[in-house]
Amino acid sequence: MQHTISVVVENEFGVLARVSGLFSGRGFNIDSLSVAPTSDESLSRITIVTRGDDAILEQITKQLNKLVDVIKVLDFSEDNAIERELALIKVAAEDESRAEVLRIVDIFRAKIIDVTPKSYTIEATGSPIKINAILDLLRPLGLKELVRTGSVAIGRGAKGWKG
Amino acid sequence: MKMNGARILLESLKREGVDLVFGYPGGTVINLYDELMNVREIRHILPRHEQGGTHAADGYARATGKVGVAIATSGPGATNTITGIANAYMDSIPMVIVTGQVPTPLIGNDAFQEVDIIGITRPITKHSFLIRHAKDIPTIVRKAFYIARSGRPGPVLIDFPKDVQISQAEFKWPETIEIRGYKPNLEGHQKQVEKAVEMLLVARRPVMYVGGGVILANAATELTELARTLQFPVTTTLMGLGAFPESDPLALKMLGMHGAYAANMAMTHSDLILAVGARFDDRVTGKIATFAPHAKIIHIDVDPTSIRKNVRVDLPIVGDTKDVLVKMIDCLKGQTEKVAAQHSAMEAWHEDISGWKAKHPISYKQSTSVIKPQYVIQKLRELSEDDAIMATDVGQHQMWTAQFFEFNQPRTLLTSGGLGTMGFGLPAAMGAQAAYPKRQVICVCGDGGVQMNMQELATMVQHRLPVKIVVLNNNFLGMVRQWQELFFDKRYSQTCLELPMDFAKIAEAYGAKGLKADKPSEVEQVIKEGFAHDGPVIMEFKIAREEKVLPMVPAGASLNEMVLNA
Repeated sequence: MQHTISVVVENEFGVLARVSGLFSGRGFNIDSLSVAPTSDESLSRITIVTRGDDAILEQITKQLNKLVDVIKVLDFSEDNAIERELALIKVAAEDESRAEVLRIVDIFRAKIIDVTPKSYTIEATGSPIKINAILDLLRPLGLKELVRTGSVAIGRGAKGWKG
Repeated sequence: MKMNGARILLESLKREGVDLVFGYPGGTVINLYDELMNVREIRHILPRHEQGGTHAADGYARATGKVGVAIATSGPGATNTITGIANAYMDSIPMVIVTGQVPTPLIGNDAFQEVDIIGITRPITKHSFLIRHAKDIPTIVRKAFYIARSGRPGPVLIDFPKDVQISQAEFKWPETIEIRGYKPNLEGHQKQVEKAVEMLLVARRPVMYVGGGVILANAATELTELARTLQFPVTTTLMGLGAFPESDPLALKMLGMHGAYAANMAMTHSDLILAVGARFDDRVTGKIATFAPHAKIIHIDVDPTSIRKNVRVDLPIVGDTKDVLVKMIDCLKGQTEKVAAQHSAMEAWHEDISGWKAKHPISYKQSTSVIKPQYVIQKLRELSEDDAIMATDVGQHQMWTAQFFEFNQPRTLLTSGGLGTMGFGLPAAMGAQAAYPKRQVICVCGDGGVQMNMQELATMVQHRLPVKIVVLNNNFLGMVRQWQELFFDKRYSQTCLELPMDFAKIAEAYGAKGLKADKPSEVEQVIKEGFAHDGPVIMEFKIAREEKVLPMVPAGASLNEMVLNA
């Protein structure tokens, strides 16, 4: 089962290597990973999408907590958090497909951020499911390049972490 | 007062109570070594290889319970410590390793003798620090020692660039430190302890399964008290040997792959396992699917990741084993009637255990013509002092020592359990002897492993460390040969060492004493003579070449599927 784990860490060099090394060294999966500082400059937040059964998730959480630079580990599931991802998508757009791309962009409330005679570059945000859906529609039109940020997640209401 | 970074580091080590370090100089630690000449309070032992120095610091830590300290220069000096660091990491040994590093502006430039030692050691250290400013040194050292010794102990590396060693700063020792991401959970949850005690008191076929965590937490006394109060049989892992006296009738001795028949049978038939500071390693459990099928498991460990990593656990208690054991003992104090009732209810269980012990005791066939290794180990126990420290290398001799040298006190066995490092024994013994110059320190090795760090004989002679080295020589890499015999149709691929070595002569070349025995009748005399000598000794015993370690649970088999005679 897929899980989104949010890891609050010291904002120091080498910390990302400790976290990612833990995953590779112990054979845990990383589906996506994103990292950036928080409102507290001394902290960074790493969001990792991983998969495994309950026992594996328990080990992942415990092993992360064991790292000296890890301050908090939050295991988000669908009902207690909001998850978003951003994708930059370059898609072929010539002749009749130009209008079709625009329609899809409109439906998904995405944005065109660059245009050439032969392509559009689209910025799309949303849950990973939504990103996958727009990609499914654009792919037959000629997907030229795709960059995804990986998910970030935040707890709903009082759930989550200060900072 | 302002001083240079090198001096600040040494002053910080002093504040941490360090009086002995094992280190090897080089270009990027030359400033540190220069300052060392001004610091009389820190004794320095110069090994002949950084791996030896690191294992010596490890042996020192195992024998004393204090943090072992090793120093190496950058590049090859640092990479030579890796096996030593990994070894300490696997066995949770508190250590601080200080490595020199190229000057900060050169880091990342492939400078002479530069390696990213923090990157290389990341998976085998508990934590690591790169010092960037001399003013940070006291805080970093204090944090490093705190992390190394607290919670589940482990090695911490400090990388120390040459320019920082030279730069000046104020020495200010921090009275307190705060590491917000590191708060080891030391206190066992009282409610969990009470639940555990309830489970203990209704068990009819209980076993205490005890690991190195008890020794690391200095909880052997409490463990022994609990076992005797409850009259529970006790089995220990290799790392747990010495946590409970093997001379006690409740002792089942070691369990697992080369464990006692009674210990493995007791685990298999038990209805309750009280695991204390042990981690259900694959060498202990055998096949997981058939491990202790009838048992409820209570698991006490300071490291939450050890719990439910390999086996299901019915009741976890995270905490310092000593704290939890004390709480259990207290909790039992008001329940003497229940305890007494349980003693009688366990009679059948104790009879089963006595039966297993009698049926297949740990034993061997004595010979009058050729020296049996087990006989040498028994004689070592008989002729050594009660508080002698025994270091071993890795292989058959290690298992024979675990089986036949009775361990009755904690911190008297220094052995590489998790990593299984050949070459560990000799330098580890050296570290223990440096800590305790007056105690008897014995090192049992095979003829393979002893040659992996034999250069440290020179260190022993130089620093007058009178380690008694016992080489059980079968001219084979015996443990691998045993596997080849049993599981590879006797195809002895690269396990015969061919060249018959004269270890006694090697000892003498280093300025140590060399003794040897070829016949069983000579064993006792050689040991007596070796023990009586006031300096390092190699005692070489030519042993039965194809003697096997038995019993044996083949890898992947169930604990009760032991090969008893092959």
